[in-house]
Amino acid sequence: MRQFLLFISIIAVGILFLSRLFYLQIYDANNYSLFEDNAIRKVYDYPKRGFVYDRNGKLLVANQPSYDVMVIPREVEPLDTLEFCSLLKIDKAQFIKKFNKARRYSPRLPSVFVSHLSKEDYAVLQEKMRKFDGFYIQKRSLRSYETTIGANVLGDIGEVNNRDIKKEPYYKMGDLIGRQGVEASYEKTLRGVKGIKFIQKDRFNRNIGPYKGGKFDTIPEQGKDITITIDAQLQAYGELLMQNKRGGVIAIEPASGEILAMVAAPTYDPNILVGRNRSEGFRQLKKDSLANPLFNRSLQGVYEPGSPFKLMNALIALQENVLTPEETVTCYAGYKYGNRFMKCHCNRGTKNNMTGGIQRSCNAYFATTYRKILDKSGSASEGIDTWSKHAKSFGLGNFLGYDLKVGQKGRIPDRAYYKRIYPKTFYSTYTISNAIGQGEVATTPIQLANMVAAIANRGYYFTPHIIKNIKGEGLHENYTKPKYTTIDKEHFEPVIEGMHQVYKKGTASSLQVKDIEICGKTGTVENFAIIDSLKTQLTDHSIFVAFAPKDNPKIAIAVFVENGYWGSRFAGKVASLMIERHIKGYITRKDLEEWLLKHTLEDEYAKPYSGEPFKINGYTTLQIVEAQEYYRLKKELNRINNSKN
Amino acid sequence: MVRESNRHFKFDWITIILFFLLVGFGWLNIMSASHTGTDFSYFDFSQPFGKQLVFIILTFILIILLLAIDAKFYERFSSIIYIISMLSLVGLFIFGKNVNGATSWYAIGSFTIQPSEFAKTATALAVAKYVSDLNTNINTFKDQIRTFVIIMIPALLVLLQNDTGSTIVYGAFFFVLYREGLPKYYLTIGVAIILLSVLSLKFGAILASVIAFLFLVIFHFYSKKKLRIFQSIFISIIALGISFGVKFFYQSILKPHQQDRISLWLRLEKDPKKLEQMKRTFAYNLNESEKAISSGGFTGKGFMEGTRTTGKFVPEQHTDYIFSTVGEEWGFLGSAFVVVVFVLLLLRILHLAELQKSQFSRVYGYGVASIIFIHFFINIGMVMGLIPTIGIPLPMFSYGGSGLWAFTILIFIFIKLDSNRINEW
Repeated sequence: MRQFLLFISIIAVGILFLSRLFYLQIYDANNYSLFEDNAIRKVYDYPKRGFVYDRNGKLLVANQPSYDVMVIPREVEPLDTLEFCSLLKIDKAQFIKKFNKARRYSPRLPSVFVSHLSKEDYAVLQEKMRKFDGFYIQKRSLRSYETTIGANVLGDIGEVNNRDIKKEPYYKMGDLIGRQGVEASYEKTLRGVKGIKFIQKDRFNRNIGPYKGGKFDTIPEQGKDITITIDAQLQAYGELLMQNKRGGVIAIEPASGEILAMVAAPTYDPNILVGRNRSEGFRQLKKDSLANPLFNRSLQGVYEPGSPFKLMNALIALQENVLTPEETVTCYAGYKYGNRFMKCHCNRGTKNNMTGGIQRSCNAYFATTYRKILDKSGSASEGIDTWSKHAKSFGLGNFLGYDLKVGQKGRIPDRAYYKRIYPKTFYSTYTISNAIGQGEVATTPIQLANMVAAIANRGYYFTPHIIKNIKGEGLHENYTKPKYTTIDKEHFEPVIEGMHQVYKKGTASSLQVKDIEICGKTGTVENFAIIDSLKTQLTDHSIFVAFAPKDNPKIAIAVFVENGYWGSRFAGKVASLMIERHIKGYITRKDLEEWLLKHTLEDEYAKPYSGEPFKINGYTTLQIVEAQEYYRLKKELNRINNSKN
Repeated sequence: MVRESNRHFKFDWITIILFFLLVGFGWLNIMSASHTGTDFSYFDFSQPFGKQLVFIILTFILIILLLAIDAKFYERFSSIIYIISMLSLVGLFIFGKNVNGATSWYAIGSFTIQPSEFAKTATALAVAKYVSDLNTNINTFKDQIRTFVIIMIPALLVLLQNDTGSTIVYGAFFFVLYREGLPKYYLTIGVAIILLSVLSLKFGAILASVIAFLFLVIFHFYSKKKLRIFQSIFISIIALGISFGVKFFYQSILKPHQQDRISLWLRLEKDPKKLEQMKRTFAYNLNESEKAISSGGFTGKGFMEGTRTTGKFVPEQHTDYIFSTVGEEWGFLGSAFVVVVFVLLLLRILHLAELQKSQFSRVYGYGVASIIFIHFFINIGMVMGLIPTIGIPLPMFSYGGSGLWAFTILIFIFIKLDSNRINEW
């Protein structure tokens, strides 16, 4: 027995070691990755981020170098603080504070000592840097906006957070990522691919040479420049017109689906979200929760479309063959259904055919039309599905699929939707508000603009998009293939004629522009807000849609001005001016321009929050901007007019 | 002529091959762990791997010498070898050079030698000689004491030189003496003390004494070999004393760094902050070494490709922590290979020892196996975090001329003795 003690011990220890090895190297071992090996330092080589140009080749977004003074506290040797401070333009107290902060963070790791040096300071400092051990200058690249417009389109870049890193391991702490607008949509195109160098380090964190002679190192792939469909001048002009108002403007080129302008008001200068000021700027924008400049009203604002939706109903009626364009409906200054009454601006006894109905925006005409559509098969439920299907074929009631990250579905109700509200019986009169674009229908400005583009094209549209050209890449098929609506081509002409008459003789006759055949439609939308838990009616939204010229359209536009009262009051003016500017390149209707610059709705927006009772619509007077503001706007206008592409 | 050619085949080639497998593979790993930069010469003698190559080449001369000497010489001169060795240890107190807190080196110019490495061989010879003496009966108390004295002299000397690791190695002789007839209760008592100490440190003295007491009660009533009641009570009191004494020993006698090592090993520290602190300070080696081994995975990163080895993340990697290089660069396959080769070598020596006809050879062979086994167990166990940190080299593997030569002498004396067993009759 005695000879077995050592024997057994040896065998036991052998087995013990093998199991421990198995545990350490097979069971417990993570799959080895060079990236996770902390014995290898990964040094990234950041490529130049792509530039952004407007449709006319004007540079909108470029890069600017930025120089940060970095410090590794442990490596700092006694230095001439006085000289160093004067070079950095800080005082000694600040120096000590900053140094202590860096040391608290880590004595061994670099931290930013002074960020964003000016180029001049950098030039002076660079020469003397070798005197200051432990300090070095790090070059970073920041976005440089060559413009003050289009913040909602261009977006911004910011440092990645943990969620981004988890989602896309390409990003490492401290990397920049597109946050909004095209920076976010075309992040991968713009950013390029960073290069990486693997460097073997030792346990003191010192570099001891390239890992495996640099075999795995990659060189950076430059970011690609992109051209966007925005016309910077038109955009700037739209933003100017919308100052002191809230709402959205979307202009689309019907023949291509390209977004010519996308104004969200209020907006902000994209330069405030650059570099050192980004977080502070962002906080400021976020704080303004009522005007909410970060909220892209042209994409995210969901409004009842109002009268422009009548165009949709007219088209559906023709397609479903429930009436002919010539058939007239008599308006009794309103429409009576059951024991209820829907008012109308028409004179009592007006006989409207389709053109007249659109021109005068006759509620009675469209209430009749809508009921005919729904009651065609005898079942309003079936009717609403047909109606809904047609409306949705224009891109309403769902995400359009454009190439910006934010948006809303809007709402086009169908049978299933009403089934929840009216489980037992359902009649066309229940939803009569849909006839005039109120009630359950809801759209975003871009959806409405797209609808108008489809009308302008007589039956099809291209998915609206912001990208015009990526160097060396074709556009996605989604943006180049027409999407056909369910309305046949021939049904568009009577509707377009109606829209034309709106300008000729109807609700927008005051907005005519010489030599341009514009087709449009006004909208005035009742809206409510909850104030002190009471549903309170506010001044109507001013809405306008239009396209021009009538034949071979160049621009389709939708304008929403919150609480602007009636359609041609604010929105119509904006639309007409934008159209003239786009087609002619200059403005003849200076009176409209003047009027828009002069008037502000800020009072209107303040009313609900004033805590005092207030009046709406006709009982209000319009506020004129202060002289100083007026001159600022005029100066801005001159700048836009004088700027060359 | 026939007799001459047979001579070569009398040596146990299996042992020799296993020995050189370890030496060769060890050298490759020393090279990995100690080279700097990508361009280097294999014969750069300023680097550890270059020096080790010289030591290995010199080993051949040493082996020829060892095998050329008559087998009877080792037995006859074992006492003198032992005395010279002990004197060399004593001399350290006067002439020794202090390296890393241990005064265990003679320095002649740039050349250093560590006599404690050779003292193990000398002690193995002396123990073999004394135990195999016809007048010695290991079952008598007197002879036990004498044997212990032979072992304790070098053990205490190296302990005084602050080389705790080498002291523990002398525990290896327990296996030898037990094989040769040391009473069983030594084993029982030894195992009981170790178990009680660990239990007491891990779970507290009270629980440890309760467990010991219950065990004794069961033993008292169910064992065939009945203890008398007062014997049982006596043992109980001793156990109680050990249970509580260990705490005192741990807190008052052990040095703080030794306390920390034990506390880390038994996972006594629960505070995560303190644990992090430990990982950065004294447990740094262990932590890095475990990480390096773990990062090797199944097949390893390849020879000279270990990132943690190249970056020298594990301090002392070419000496005591050499096994972590194997783990990182050769993975599970390589590490398991090393473990298996060691086990085979140990079993081979053990097997040969049992075949010896002279008691001297057998006891010595047992000594060789036990000493290598203890090194193997403590070193690899430490590198993998199975036992507390104790700094002793991995035989044949770790960098160091003294160590390599000492183990060469240890093993090849036995090979010579073994080759002579036919002539023993």
